[in-house]
Amino acid sequence: MIAFIIRRLFASIGVLIAVGLIAFVLFRYIGDPVNQMVGIETPESERVALRQQLGLNDPAPVQALRFLANAARLDFGISYQFKQPVSELIGARMPATLELAFVASIMSLVAGIPMGVYTALHRRSALAKLFEALSLVGISLPTFLIGILLIYLFAVTLGWLPSFGRGDVVHIGSWWTTGLLTKSGLKSIIMPAITLALFQMTLIMRLVRAEMLEVLRADYIRFARARGLSERKVHFRHALKNTLVPVITVVGLQLGSIVAFSIITETVFSWPGMGQLFLQSVQNVDIPIMAAYLLFIAFLFVIINLVVDLLYAAVDPRLRVAIHGA
Amino acid sequence: MLLEMIARGAGFTRRPGFASKLACAIVGATFLAGAAQVHVAEAKTLRFAFQGELKAVDPYALMESFSLAMGSAVYEGLIRRGPDLKIEPCLATSWETLDPLHWRFHLRKGVKFHGGEDFTADDVVFSAQRLHTQGSDIKNLVAPDTKVVKVDDYTVDFILTHPDPLLIAQWENWGIFSKKWSEEHGATEATAMNATTPPYAALHANGTGPFILVSHEPGVKTVWKKNPNWWDTPRHNLDEVVFTPIPSNATRVAALLSGEIDWMDPVPLPDQARVDANPGTQVLAGPELRTIFLGFDQMRPELGHSNVKGKNPFKDVRVRKAFYQAIEEEAIKTKVMRGLATPAALMIAPSLYSEAKDFKRMPFDPGAAKKLLAEAGYPNGFEVQLDCPNDRYVNDEAICQAVVGMLARIGVKVDLVAEPKSKFFARILAVGGYDTSFYLLGWTPATYESYNVFQYNIQCRDEKGNGGHNNIGGYCNPKVDELANAALQETDQEKRDDIFKQAWQISLFDDVGFIPLHQQALAWGVSKKVHVIQRPDNFYVFAWVKMD
Amino acid sequence: MSEITVELPKSEPTSRSFLGRVKDSDLLASFLSSKVTVVAGALTLIFFLAAVFAPLIAPTNPFDPASNFLIDSLNPPRFVTGGDPRFLLGTDDQGRDLWSAILYGLRVSLLIGVFGVLLGGAIGITLGLIAGYAGGRIDSIIMRIADVQLTFPAILIALLVDGVVQALLKGQNREQTAFGILVISIGLSFWVQYARTVRGSTLVEKNRDYVQAARLIGLSPARILARHILPNVMGPVLVIATINLALAIITEATLSFLGVGLPPTQPSLGTLIRIGQNFLFSGEWWIVTFPSITLAALVLAVNLLGDWLRDALNPRLK
Repeated sequence: MIAFIIRRLFASIGVLIAVGLIAFVLFRYIGDPVNQMVGIETPESERVALRQQLGLNDPAPVQALRFLANAARLDFGISYQFKQPVSELIGARMPATLELAFVASIMSLVAGIPMGVYTALHRRSALAKLFEALSLVGISLPTFLIGILLIYLFAVTLGWLPSFGRGDVVHIGSWWTTGLLTKSGLKSIIMPAITLALFQMTLIMRLVRAEMLEVLRADYIRFARARGLSERKVHFRHALKNTLVPVITVVGLQLGSIVAFSIITETVFSWPGMGQLFLQSVQNVDIPIMAAYLLFIAFLFVIINLVVDLLYAAVDPRLRVAIHGA
Repeated sequence: MLLEMIARGAGFTRRPGFASKLACAIVGATFLAGAAQVHVAEAKTLRFAFQGELKAVDPYALMESFSLAMGSAVYEGLIRRGPDLKIEPCLATSWETLDPLHWRFHLRKGVKFHGGEDFTADDVVFSAQRLHTQGSDIKNLVAPDTKVVKVDDYTVDFILTHPDPLLIAQWENWGIFSKKWSEEHGATEATAMNATTPPYAALHANGTGPFILVSHEPGVKTVWKKNPNWWDTPRHNLDEVVFTPIPSNATRVAALLSGEIDWMDPVPLPDQARVDANPGTQVLAGPELRTIFLGFDQMRPELGHSNVKGKNPFKDVRVRKAFYQAIEEEAIKTKVMRGLATPAALMIAPSLYSEAKDFKRMPFDPGAAKKLLAEAGYPNGFEVQLDCPNDRYVNDEAICQAVVGMLARIGVKVDLVAEPKSKFFARILAVGGYDTSFYLLGWTPATYESYNVFQYNIQCRDEKGNGGHNNIGGYCNPKVDELANAALQETDQEKRDDIFKQAWQISLFDDVGFIPLHQQALAWGVSKKVHVIQRPDNFYVFAWVKMD
Repeated sequence: MSEITVELPKSEPTSRSFLGRVKDSDLLASFLSSKVTVVAGALTLIFFLAAVFAPLIAPTNPFDPASNFLIDSLNPPRFVTGGDPRFLLGTDDQGRDLWSAILYGLRVSLLIGVFGVLLGGAIGITLGLIAGYAGGRIDSIIMRIADVQLTFPAILIALLVDGVVQALLKGQNREQTAFGILVISIGLSFWVQYARTVRGSTLVEKNRDYVQAARLIGLSPARILARHILPNVMGPVLVIATINLALAIITEATLSFLGVGLPPTQPSLGTLIRIGQNFLFSGEWWIVTFPSITLAALVLAVNLLGDWLRDALNPRLK
């Protein structure tokens, strides 16, 4: 078990280093960092000095190592466009994105699971057909268009919800901010979260439906039925419980992609998160931010993956055996 | 204060372009002055949104009108400009030229910075130094060989090496920093040379102006509060100003329509009717001073982005004229700009040049254009790339697209490259080696007169950009340069304009060095409970805003 | 993007070819048994035909700037009051006939989708076969890469690829690079599902007798993979490809919105929607509505086909 954890940890670090090297190549070779930092009229002598100071004349492996070492200390340098440390910029934007991703995940679970269960149990009913059709329409329209339509309907026409931003935020601790404790913050998160959740909801609904159908055909369900347990008990005590394990896994692994997907949602709703920052930095060729964002996404993924792996190992005895056997 | 404005406005009616708009503003302000006395109640917060973000609050960091306008809420220059663009005393109460090379400024007494420091001559001398430090983007506001000398605490001399009647023309944008504060916080340079420590002044500000910076979250939100100890009588009645960048057009319009913001810029052209029809909002439109024009690479022996090899077709005036006459500006104005543009014969707004009325655009004539092309040796046209920003000017990308269609009809195949302004400028300006063959650009003369246009856009330049720094295509006619410089030395306004007339005639009509298209219209979206004054250079002055 | 888990029918030990299984699963019968599927199939066919024959159907060529006249801009559709009879669905802000633009845009969207899916499929199948067949270290490295890849959705990859390409080819013409950028980004982000599915099947297949026999008589691994294993994994691959086609088309539209897509002079459906959404508040509803409906109908139809294909090829769902 310990060996397994250690192995996974090493693998995770390997992944991070690999992504870190990609980020370094981005940083070092896409555009000249010095050109990006100084003005047009800066004389050559000052450029040379800055080049020396930044260590850009060292051999590439030395530079790569330094980049990784700095990254490990969360030092990604200074953003070309904002003249601020990248880690501070990303740190200030992170709560907004994580909060949005979290609320969107909850929404997609709360809506997706019941719809999935219903469509699996009542495959031929009209409501099930409606759910399936709706979920398909949801993923057949581009996210940005859904966002704009929501704004048009709920912000402009009905005036119920704010069209942009995060509302009022409350500071928790030294750096975390939350909009979930204020009225305007809660109102602000509804539309972006729905927009972001729609795709995941469809995914979850279809996954639950497929798993449920699979499980319902399994022997132990038949036995349960044969024992005379009520349908309700069979469905919820046995079938759903067994369905949820893969669902939770997928949802966990999807968190990374929700965060990345928020680029679109954040742009439409001017949500002050990392996705918007990343898009701006792509448009402005602000390589330090791009590199740091890349690493952040990889880091998030590695953490989630590790947790999922460990949970599996803890929950599933067969896997434990397999690990020991391997 | 109001009377002052009206008086200034009346004196200004000579320039018809501004008069009507100014009148509106005055009516608004008058109405408001009455209303404001009735109820003095809860805190008034102005919520302002713009399509771009504010990168840094240091006004030296970026010479861009939006950043400069935001900077002017906190920092003040020795002079400032009023709603009619007239130069007014600000931190300097008066000035005189002892001789053409020697200017003396008398500074305002009793002014304090937000941090409590007294404003003195030392701060002016310091700010002149800071202006030339690493990372400053406003270096050209004071020539590098100028000596700035403190005479006493409230008198400063500027000793020049060349006479420059336009010395103070752009000084509104040169905000004065506190020497003490800058030294205490290591903010003596615009950007710290050491790229690992962030410049303090990018996030913090300490000026003498009407508003105090409360917080700046780059790309998210910037908050100012009223400066209760401002030396001037405030024209505004605000307690707080909040700026949010909203890049998405649809979202920005929606936010205004639903009352979440009070003032935003720009209103996309298609949405103007909607904003006007909405009971609580209106569009405040007016001619802007910016001229949109097309330019060609006339410098390289072979174009960088074209299928013509071994020669540069744009070196032939017939080709340039053919392009000019193939473009139907009237259609661009009515269809792309929905009527909100003034077709331009010159690269300066008519309101800034008294003899502009003597110039007419060359006629749209595709037949003549085809003939000219054939005469120049391109009967079947040729291919060229057009570089265009897509987030800088009103409908820039759509204008370029329309140009592509019009040139296609005389056989020229244009490949359109429309990209965000950051990439666009990085490539086509000096820093990118002027990497373009054919481009669209806009220009507002910061000094509000013709010379500035010649100086930056029309004057000959070398490959590095010495000379006409923004003359991207490298148009060059020494005769034009000679005329422009002669005009600069001429003190008589009328004679000066006559000299400029010759220069305009040669550069834009004889040589067809550029194709002026139009002056675009400003379009601010404002809530009806907010009364703003629109300056034709699209400068946002919070200190002139009143709220019901 | 999303992960679509497609499982092979494990229960049925089979060495039959894909075609054989198609016949067994009564594909045609199941296709005809569902009205929804028939409609979706017909729609998809119509869209593909419209895309292929766009130059013959469309009244004008919207990619030719000389054929659009500004004077015709913002005309409402023919059937609305004020509509011009020349323009069935009206015109956009450049005077482009919307009906023609949609037909050509459909062509571009489908081309990008198909090429993206083909690229992703080629990468994924190859890596999946190698991983499954070789096993051991190679397998774990490939699957590790696949794990990392899953973290970076198409949007992110496209933005990065675009950023890199833009920085390397300064001022390159968008019209020439955008198509490649989109296909590469979509291909690079969609290969994982193929790789995982194919690897799983390969693991099962490689221990079967016929593969062992082929090995014994000295067939090269490449030949075994191509001749014997590949045909057996085509079913699930086809399902993934269909669903990915829908995803690819949506992804292209989204990238257009973020400014990485095709230029407005050569619009895809996504570009048309991006342009059209500027006119959403101003009453010129047709510019965004018609391309959106086309896109939604296309994606929906392809998705439904994918659903049906998955159910039809999975005997356990019968």
